[in-house]
Amino acid sequence: MSLPKPMMRGLLAKRLRFHLPIAFTLALTAAIAFKYTVTEPKKQAYADFYKQYDAIKDFNAMREAGVFESVQPTGK
Amino acid sequence: MLRLTTGRVGCLLARRATAALTTSSTRMASKEVSESVDMSQPMYWDRVDIPLPDKPYKDVLTDADKSLKQKEKGPWGQLTKEEKIALYRLTFCKTYPEMKQQTAEWKTVIGGIFFFLGFTGIVIWWQSVYVYPPRPRTFDDEWKSQQLKRMLDMKINPIQGISAKWDYEKGQWK
Repeated sequence: MSLPKPMMRGLLAKRLRFHLPIAFTLALTAAIAFKYTVTEPKKQAYADFYKQYDAIKDFNAMREAGVFESVQPTGK
Repeated sequence: MLRLTTGRVGCLLARRATAALTTSSTRMASKEVSESVDMSQPMYWDRVDIPLPDKPYKDVLTDADKSLKQKEKGPWGQLTKEEKIALYRLTFCKTYPEMKQQTAEWKTVIGGIFFFLGFTGIVIWWQSVYVYPPRPRTFDDEWKSQQLKRMLDMKINPIQGISAKWDYEKGQWK
């Protein structure tokens, strides 16, 4: 029975050489995907909202609805 | 691994079980002590992951067994098939296929799972009747709708959240 001698050393290094590039690629892909599916749309949504935002009009709407304690709706 | 469940010691106590299971009328009252296995001595185990246990199965050999063991010391080609099987059975109690036989234990396990799930259900029902306090008024539909209206009036989360999904001009969901 002459079997070849098995690999005795460098097992972790061999595994890392294979798996580390894959790990880095996947992590990078995940980050890029998150950026362009979540953060960019969110930034765009906030920018669009505040382009057309009138704070006074919003305040008056809320005042009429009666949610404030410091000011009452007009007419009281 | 030190647990000795009764099912597992089938082969271990086979020799003693025959003595232990004799009816009490044939035994003296003083001998009704349960036989316990001395776990400080090497033990025999039928285990799939331990192919060579600490000691052979039968260590008290009859004369016939002893002569067979003597014959085993010679060339094995001279042993008949029955002798080889007898030698195997001296050292081991069960063969691997016998060890790996499927038991009906899964039925007991599944039955036990359902039983205790049912018992838990009874406990939970009893709690909901006798333990829980009265339902808070904040769970009523009227309260919840007033709560939602107040949230929309305050423009909670107007950019991507709940108020962004409400159409303020038409007074309905987008």
